[in-house]
Amino acid sequence: MIGRVHSIETCGTVDGPGIRFILFMQGCPLRCQYCHNPDSWKATDGQEMDTNKLIKEIVKYKPYMNSSGGGITISGGEPLLQADFVADLFQKCKAEGIHTCIDTSGFVKLDKAAKVLDYTDLVLLDVKSFNPQVYKNVTGVELAPTLEFERILAERNIPVWLRYVLVPNLTDNLDDIEALAKYLTTLSNVERIDVLPFHKMGEFKWSELGYEYKLTDTQEPSAELVNTAKSIFHKYNLPIFGLASIV
Amino acid sequence: MFKQWEGFNTDGDWAKEVNVRDFIQRNYTPYEGDDAFLAGPTDRTTKLWEQVMVMMKEELEKGIYDVETKVPSTITSHGPGYIDKDAETIVGFQSDGPLKRNIMPNGGIRTVENSLHAYGYDLDEATKEVFTKYRKTHNDGVFAAYTTAMRKVRSSGIITGLPDAYGRGRIIGDYRRVALYGIDYLIAERQKDKLQLEVNSMSEDIIRLREELTEQMSALKELKAMAKSYGFDISQPAQTAQEAIQWTYFGYLGAVKEQDGAAMSLGRVSSFLDIYIQRDLDNGTITEQEAQEFMDHFVMKLRMVRFLRTPAYNELFSGDPTWVTESIGGMGLDGRTLVTKNSFRILHTLVNLGPAPEPNLTVLWSVNLPENFKLFCSKMSILTSSIQYENDDLMRPYHGDDYGIACCVSAMRIGKQMQFFGARANLAKALLYAINGGKDEKSGEQIGPKFAPVTTEYLEYNDVWEKFLQVMEWLAEVYVGALNVIHYMHDKYCYEKLELALHDKDIIRTFATGIAGLSVVTDAFSAIKNAKVKVIRDDSGLAVDYEIEGDYVAFGNDDDDVDKVACDITEIFMNNIRKHKTYRNSLPTMSILTITSNVVYGKKTGNTPDGRKAGEPFAPGANPMHGRDKRGAVASLNSVAKLPYKHAEDGISYTFSIIPGALGKDDSERYKNLAALMDGYFEKTGQHLNVNVFDRATLLDAMDHPEKYPQLTVRVSGYAVNFIRLTKEQQKDVISRTFHEKF
Repeated sequence: MIGRVHSIETCGTVDGPGIRFILFMQGCPLRCQYCHNPDSWKATDGQEMDTNKLIKEIVKYKPYMNSSGGGITISGGEPLLQADFVADLFQKCKAEGIHTCIDTSGFVKLDKAAKVLDYTDLVLLDVKSFNPQVYKNVTGVELAPTLEFERILAERNIPVWLRYVLVPNLTDNLDDIEALAKYLTTLSNVERIDVLPFHKMGEFKWSELGYEYKLTDTQEPSAELVNTAKSIFHKYNLPIFGLASIV
Repeated sequence: MFKQWEGFNTDGDWAKEVNVRDFIQRNYTPYEGDDAFLAGPTDRTTKLWEQVMVMMKEELEKGIYDVETKVPSTITSHGPGYIDKDAETIVGFQSDGPLKRNIMPNGGIRTVENSLHAYGYDLDEATKEVFTKYRKTHNDGVFAAYTTAMRKVRSSGIITGLPDAYGRGRIIGDYRRVALYGIDYLIAERQKDKLQLEVNSMSEDIIRLREELTEQMSALKELKAMAKSYGFDISQPAQTAQEAIQWTYFGYLGAVKEQDGAAMSLGRVSSFLDIYIQRDLDNGTITEQEAQEFMDHFVMKLRMVRFLRTPAYNELFSGDPTWVTESIGGMGLDGRTLVTKNSFRILHTLVNLGPAPEPNLTVLWSVNLPENFKLFCSKMSILTSSIQYENDDLMRPYHGDDYGIACCVSAMRIGKQMQFFGARANLAKALLYAINGGKDEKSGEQIGPKFAPVTTEYLEYNDVWEKFLQVMEWLAEVYVGALNVIHYMHDKYCYEKLELALHDKDIIRTFATGIAGLSVVTDAFSAIKNAKVKVIRDDSGLAVDYEIEGDYVAFGNDDDDVDKVACDITEIFMNNIRKHKTYRNSLPTMSILTITSNVVYGKKTGNTPDGRKAGEPFAPGANPMHGRDKRGAVASLNSVAKLPYKHAEDGISYTFSIIPGALGKDDSERYKNLAALMDGYFEKTGQHLNVNVFDRATLLDAMDHPEKYPQLTVRVSGYAVNFIRLTKEQQKDVISRTFHEKF
């Protein structure tokens, strides 16, 4: 099956456990203000790839996956925009005994996503904000589908690593973070929470693509702010990553 | 049986003949635990090291700290020397003081004279007279015999770095024999060896060997005298751990007083020494703290080995490298790990004394190494970037479980094998000679035979390939001839009598050729095949530049079709080498290794059809060209891992630089992922991996503020250097190389 791919990274170590083959898919329905891959937005860009060929590439990396407890992560863009392709590739990966993971915003059509989940071992779920207005402001779309998607993951007991990008003056409202933390205590499938400090390494791409970058004047969050956010999750006994750095 | 062997298992061959491996196998204690037992530096150690750092700072400012200008170095010519006699638990310097460089004119008197001049010293007139009037040198011998073709390939730079004016190195004496047996026993064994050669029909081989054995015995006697000057009697085996380290070091010290070979490697001593340390610990005669102190002081000495080099040599091999390579860990043939507590201790010197390029700490990696040791190595690499890794699972079937690495990547059985080191051929230049019909692309001079040049406007794959095959065939023959001359003369005028005294009588000799520019050539062929490459010619018709129309996939992206070209070239050139008669019937091998000379090779090579501009450095060793990998670090590892070790048995070097953030989000993830990366790479049959872990910003800052980074160490192809000792050009090259820093 053919899909549109943005790029491949063979040494992924920050998108799921171990060393991972990362497939960045082309196309995304969100327009996050801090996106560092805006070149992955347009569904018609990128290059076509065939799952039959891709799986032959992917198995070449099994020694690294096996030694590290890694696998494949399909990221993007939004991988679930091309759900059939992802499902087909994951099915092939599972046949090879490869651990599968998607990195998604959860803003997806549930019926389409369901067959991907049949072959998914882990979901990296990016929750951009727990406040619906802020969510809309950051991404351009609604929060509700993401929460619905998370509910289904919980029902199906698919492990989730939740990711929250902390942007000063945008997603740093501590009450919103606390509300998210409280909500997460009602779920049993959240294995890890990463608070990711906002960075501007993708800014140059915005101007290259002729887009207007709104966060030029926004600073990276201070270590204290990151720790404060982490400690809120910690307060609710949630599996926040990087606890050692909490004073 | 010696009384010094009390407590050892003497039930084996080693107690009846020289057999260090058998001793190790019957007596060592594998260690699978973690690093919690390690001890920090003693006050004495810290104080000594601070003194050394002050001297090294002065050395860096002046170029050299101190030098001898008159008396040529021999095993007994100079010393004893100390930093602080009472504080040093392991003693001995090459000269009568620390960091003082010696002269070794047997290699070549002009080299000695030029080196001295470069630092503002004059060679003593009488010494000069001896080595010009009365005593011929290796260098003179070589140039007496070089053919016109050999001189031409040497001056055009298609073959560069030949050891015709400096010591060849890459011979590892089995220095452990000094500790285990004592000198008297070793001399007695040599006498027996020589009795085997009491024959009447004297062939050249027998005459030569009889002379060599005699030389070796005299070297052993000199070594005893050298030790005596420090107050030690090494005629008998070592009794204690401290003595075992001291005896072993004396063996090595004698070698570096007698020879200044390019690489003077140590071998595989740490797990051997662990046996002595463990015996003393069990007997309660030393503590862990003392054991670590011995190792710290031993390593301190190894960090202070110095040779006098010319500026031209330093341009090739920057940073004063001595390649005191120590091979650590690995697995035994019986499945037990050869990792001992002392494998940890020697790596821990990187913490106790801080990072350093020497000794060249080399971990023999196996997927079966104890997990604790793997994680410890990862941690040390992330902290210090001072370790290189080589694939024990790949090499053990070739070399057994008591081999060591000479220089960077060359495996050899300790005490049973040596090599005739042969620098390398520049294959990127060979490709340009193929296009230009044997003419040099820079000078226009006819260097090779008059092959038919490429005449088409666009390069055609089959045409260029056929012509390239012709040039490689010619080049291999000239190359082997030049090496035959060099090693014949080196044996004759600059024989390594002590190092070879610490070998068996009958040894394996390899004939170690090398290639540079493999990724340039591979990319060029990919460009010719998958894009269009237009030839730009100057008025005389010489092809001097290339225009690439379209894209191509480069080596380093795990593309099987592209990578196959690199594998094919490796095999073809090796087979060309194999066709020719080699000196002393040595076994031809080849390395894909450049060390820092990738910069100089680049300088000497014009524009290449892969898009590389004239003068730009090649990628180091077997590395893909920087900036051309599109799929991340592991794809590059996979490409390099495909290169066939059986056709590059002298080693395939890959230098890997990654920022900490690209290895994982916290230390524990990073340790685990780096260890896993090596497991994966070596399972894919990669041979060598240099691991650098730091931010580009650190290096940029170190260029501007060297005083802040006295010990910043970076791994370059096959060795490590103190970053601030590199030339600006080399620093820029290291920084511009692919850093894997994807988030």
